[in-house]
Amino acid sequence: MTRRRNLLISATALVGLSLTAPTPAWSADAPIPVVATFSILGDMVERIGGDKIAVTTLVGADGDAHVYHPTPADARAVSQADILVFNGLAFEGWLDRLVEASGFDGVRVVATDGIQPIRLDDDDAHHDDHAEKDDHDHAAKDDHDKEEHADEHDHGAFDPHAWQNPANAVIYVDNIAAGLAKADPANASTYYGNRATYVAEIEALDADIRKTVEGLPEDRRTIVTAHDAFGYFAETYGLRFVAPSGISTESEPSAADVATLIRQIREEGITAVFVESITDSRLLEQIADETGASIGGTLYSDALSGPDEPASTYLDMMRHNVETLAEALSP
Amino acid sequence: MWESLVQPFAEFSFMRRAMMGCIAISVGGTPVGVFLLLRRMSLTGDAMAHAILPGAAVGFLVAGLSLGAMTVGGLIAGMTVALLSGFVARVTALREDASLAAFYLISLALGVLIVSTRGSNVDLMHVLFGTVLALDNAALILLSSIASITLFALAFIFRPLVLECADPQFLRSVSGLSTITHFTFLALVVMNLVGGFHALGTLMAVGIMILPAAAARFWAVSIGGLIVAAVAIAIASSVCGLLVSYHFGLPSGPAIILVAGIVYGISLTLGPVGSLAAPVFRHRVNA
Repeated sequence: MTRRRNLLISATALVGLSLTAPTPAWSADAPIPVVATFSILGDMVERIGGDKIAVTTLVGADGDAHVYHPTPADARAVSQADILVFNGLAFEGWLDRLVEASGFDGVRVVATDGIQPIRLDDDDAHHDDHAEKDDHDHAAKDDHDKEEHADEHDHGAFDPHAWQNPANAVIYVDNIAAGLAKADPANASTYYGNRATYVAEIEALDADIRKTVEGLPEDRRTIVTAHDAFGYFAETYGLRFVAPSGISTESEPSAADVATLIRQIREEGITAVFVESITDSRLLEQIADETGASIGGTLYSDALSGPDEPASTYLDMMRHNVETLAEALSP
Repeated sequence: MWESLVQPFAEFSFMRRAMMGCIAISVGGTPVGVFLLLRRMSLTGDAMAHAILPGAAVGFLVAGLSLGAMTVGGLIAGMTVALLSGFVARVTALREDASLAAFYLISLALGVLIVSTRGSNVDLMHVLFGTVLALDNAALILLSSIASITLFALAFIFRPLVLECADPQFLRSVSGLSTITHFTFLALVVMNLVGGFHALGTLMAVGIMILPAAAARFWAVSIGGLIVAAVAIAIASSVCGLLVSYHFGLPSGPAIILVAGIVYGISLTLGPVGSLAAPVFRHRVNA
């Protein structure tokens, strides 16, 4: 596995090298090329930038950014971009080498810049060897951005899924708007205007979620999902999420994890478990089968759905998740 | 003590399923591993595992997470590579190991290509690796069927297969069964690897095939003895591995293989036949 990944990355590096020479020539009217690492960020960037920018999303709909393998096309997209928007908190473990290989020298926007990250105690953080190795590479080589450096220094110690709290999403949007304005000062007023509209929608979303969650009985607020992606959501709305797999989808659960979860479901009388769009549902189906719980529906955690499905934008995703939860958990 | 050994299996059906799955793989895959070892083809298992991956990937792309499609895809890819490399080895000057290496690399490259065209969607390799903790009824039936077919087939080709291990030139000169035996055996290898990747992931499936066979080599001399010892070691390692995974919170697939690895290490040093300690035993017998 690792060997194959290394091969792929060196291949990516070669292609990236050959592509670094020409810098894209865009006139004042042409949309600015922006690369976002995964679908949720892509959607946010599109909302802020509108038709002034052209967004390329590396990990698309229903893709899993934890274990993504970059392609030469990605290296080309990054090398030609003026702005690179990524989550940070070591969510995209593969990004540093991709950026280095592509010779990107535009504006970097760390979406999680300035949020209050949730620290994971070691017991919950099943971070995998691969991601840890990436971090050490990163810490050794890279010091371009102090903030980001500080964020990623304690890799694996923070939960990266910060967008699951709408208040953090507002910070994401602020960072993106500031980044776009910095790279393209001529259109700054457009970006900040779009930001204001979008933030109002996110705040309305937050109020709606709060209302829905308040309607749930106190004893039905524990939710079983496939991997620990809902920490921020849980903290914000007073819910409890438990999962057999750790914070990254790449870790393999142990028999102890599964046994603990099954006991918990039995003891607390949990009636529904939820599968995620990006993960293998076989294990959860087996757990549901053993405990007599039902599959309450599909939650979208780390990636948006395709355009014809219910979670094709960030706002739709959050609404879909909370509606699915409410439907399965209401008495 | 007894409690901690039995309670996990008594309380949780996923543990019982995992144990059943492991026993099925041990009973079917390990005898195949013994013959791989005897024919000096231990690394063939690893090569075949890589050859199977693309077929399973195509199955997944066509039909989603379907046990049937992925199994059939894996079987087709594995058999194609086995037949082509066997054919080339028998009719051209190229030796079996070289032709197998050539075809499995082609198959692997094709697989990576197919996976890449799928773009940035769910990591395929991740989906293709099953976990022994999530065996449903269909997977258990598949594993048991593969074990049964393997045992019957091995019983059927046992004599020519043993001859092929000992003296392939002789078998070829006295009987036309050599080719049939060889390809039936390769089919069994592919089948057991395909079964194994549903339960343990491809690389782990090779582990449960080869490690117990290698360990058994230090305990038994006859082929029958080797097979019995290997199956016993495989089952014991599986159960121990599952218990380790349960009590110490370690991932179950690697835990099982590492226990088998520990058994191999112990056999290597202390086993009565041909091990590091074997000269000591012999000395004592002579004295």
